[in-house]
Amino acid sequence: MSNLAIRVDGIGKQYRIGLKEERSETLAGAAAKLIKSPVKRLQQLRSLSSFREDEADDIVWALRDVSFTVNHGEAVGLIGRNGAGKSTLLKVLSRITEPSRGRIELYGRVASLLEVGTGFNAELTGRENAYLNGAILGMKKAEVDRKFDEIVAFSGVETYIDTPVKRYSSGMRVRLAFAVAAHLEPEILLVDEVLAVGDVAFQKKCLGKMDDVAHEGRTVVFVSHHMSMIQALCTRGIVLDGGSVAFDGPVEHAISRYLRGMEEGAQVDVGSRPDREGDGTARCTGVWLEDESGHRVENVVSGAPMTVCLAYESDGGGGKLDFAIGIYDQLGMSLAHNGTRYVSVDVTSAAPRSGVARCTIPRLALPAGEYFLNTSITRDGRRADRVERAASFFVDAGDFYGSGKIPAAKSGRFLLDYDWDVVETDAVISS
Amino acid sequence: MATPLIETQRPTAAPSSNGRSPAPMPHTVIVPPSGWRLVNWKELVEYRDLVAQFVLRDVSAMYKQTVLGYAWAIIRPFVSMIVFTVIFGNLADVPSDGVPYALFSFAGLLPWTYFSGSLNGSVGSLLAQRSVFTKVYFPRLIIPLTPALTALIDLAIAGIMLGGMMVYFGVVPTWNALFLPVLILIMMATAVGTGFWLSSLALQYRDVSQAMGFGVQLLMYAAPVVWPVSLIAEKFPENGELIRMVYGLYPMAGVIEGFRSALIGTIPMPWDLIGMGALSASILLFTGALYFRRSEPTFADVA
Repeated sequence: MSNLAIRVDGIGKQYRIGLKEERSETLAGAAAKLIKSPVKRLQQLRSLSSFREDEADDIVWALRDVSFTVNHGEAVGLIGRNGAGKSTLLKVLSRITEPSRGRIELYGRVASLLEVGTGFNAELTGRENAYLNGAILGMKKAEVDRKFDEIVAFSGVETYIDTPVKRYSSGMRVRLAFAVAAHLEPEILLVDEVLAVGDVAFQKKCLGKMDDVAHEGRTVVFVSHHMSMIQALCTRGIVLDGGSVAFDGPVEHAISRYLRGMEEGAQVDVGSRPDREGDGTARCTGVWLEDESGHRVENVVSGAPMTVCLAYESDGGGGKLDFAIGIYDQLGMSLAHNGTRYVSVDVTSAAPRSGVARCTIPRLALPAGEYFLNTSITRDGRRADRVERAASFFVDAGDFYGSGKIPAAKSGRFLLDYDWDVVETDAVISS
Repeated sequence: MATPLIETQRPTAAPSSNGRSPAPMPHTVIVPPSGWRLVNWKELVEYRDLVAQFVLRDVSAMYKQTVLGYAWAIIRPFVSMIVFTVIFGNLADVPSDGVPYALFSFAGLLPWTYFSGSLNGSVGSLLAQRSVFTKVYFPRLIIPLTPALTALIDLAIAGIMLGGMMVYFGVVPTWNALFLPVLILIMMATAVGTGFWLSSLALQYRDVSQAMGFGVQLLMYAAPVVWPVSLIAEKFPENGELIRMVYGLYPMAGVIEGFRSALIGTIPMPWDLIGMGALSASILLFTGALYFRRSEPTFADVA
């Protein structure tokens, strides 16, 4: 008897990136376009769903020739940077979108969790939504009936179960949604980055539940950017790069392979990195660090000033540009997000067409270690460009507190400003 | 030629590492879509609980936070009836086959309200629910199917209203009322078939939703809601028969006239219209399902 749960055989998925409009330069051109446009748009819209061999230039392969097998009871983490094809693969596996090539066989009941609370209706009560969401995820009504009390207990929203979900806090909504999902009993569970929501205590509870699932002999395929979660849940890791399998093996090896690849990626000039998001009307062309005297540096010191410089170019289309940098630790945990929009100084309405945006951190509150930077540029609130791991930097231990004593790097993720004092009270500890 | 995309074969041996009794384990094969596919009935039946939940959701969400609640199911056709009675019955003097115009138009509005409600619901359904079907798999046919079932509730409520009016006007339904289920089936097939076509088109071409509002309005005047089909023979004495047969291809013509015949007995059952309507409704339903299934593979990508 075969113990096979999933067999993926030569899967390929192509997308057409079309629907890009050329801009007309003149009023007459715009008028002519207006007249021609219905025909053109019809062709464009039609072409989105039909593929011909001869127009390969705007077709991208999100997945190419992906093959692997998963046995029952295995927990597999899919790792890869943005655009590597993780989510597409998960969508193909869960039959949301169909492959262009290849063949997949699944042995067992499949449930996919690409989002918590899919199909939640704000007008309905918690109870009604639990049934609805359960049915959407593939549970029979009798099954929800049987598990209903357990679901409600797990979610911790007993008191509000007959209140419309629109009166729930977002946290309560997530709890209820996850409680339903956690009570699915499929043989194969496909999970996308869904745990990044909710409070930490609840995340832990969910992780525990997921761990149970993996140990009950069920098969889990899990996508996440959080290497710590992948490490905690999975025994095997598959690294995707550019739509193909780059590594398949024990999870520790997969993670280090992925991180190494990331560092190599970080060597590449940011401006020419292909793995970016956004409409491209403005793009980051370089990221580097400077010390207080304006010299480029690779290493900075805890407690010292640090300036992150973000060189950019825009297409000159005007609008308000906002810049942001995200600071991440090695496992992909987000530590800080510094955006121009959060500091009230308006430096960006009249930002030049190309320039350098500089973010100065007066006193770096990070302990020694290696860190990564994400960059993002938005124009009028719309994402123009976002690059993950655009740069990395090292923080050397420094005398943050000016006391000559440095806390161990592992004792915390941040160095906070604080004071201590001790006041006298009556003794309350009696013998 | 048409390879089924998903073959779900039931019993395959299950490894019972989780200690439960070895249940038959479904085996799913996913291959690239190819050609035309027909409806996978077995799968639809398997998802009947989801259909029920969708209908339940729409029914209970529809009138949430309204003061009048389900009364809206009566108010809409009722107000239309009053407007039509004043304008067409009194001012324009449109004939009503010898019964009070109010009753005549309400008997027509009953199936029409179902049809327009169901159609309006299903055309936008894929667009409205793209956040669901891009996140989880289930047969997408369920989505435009749901409004056709939900609208039955409104039909039943408005039916009670018609009953009240019949008592008021002292009209007794005929034996033809036994054929109502047939009429309702044709009506549903028309609504569902059109819904299949238009919902998948609307996902790809947003023009469809733009055109819906006045499109339905036009369809209503094309249907014998405010006027009787007997007008055709009156206005075209020479080739009235032929025009009537061709007109019958509009399925709602036979359905609406059939409702009148069944409930208020103004005319004999118009089997010619109903037959033509049943034919075109079947074609609509069949081609609609075919087209929907054909474009289904790209739904998640274009949504």
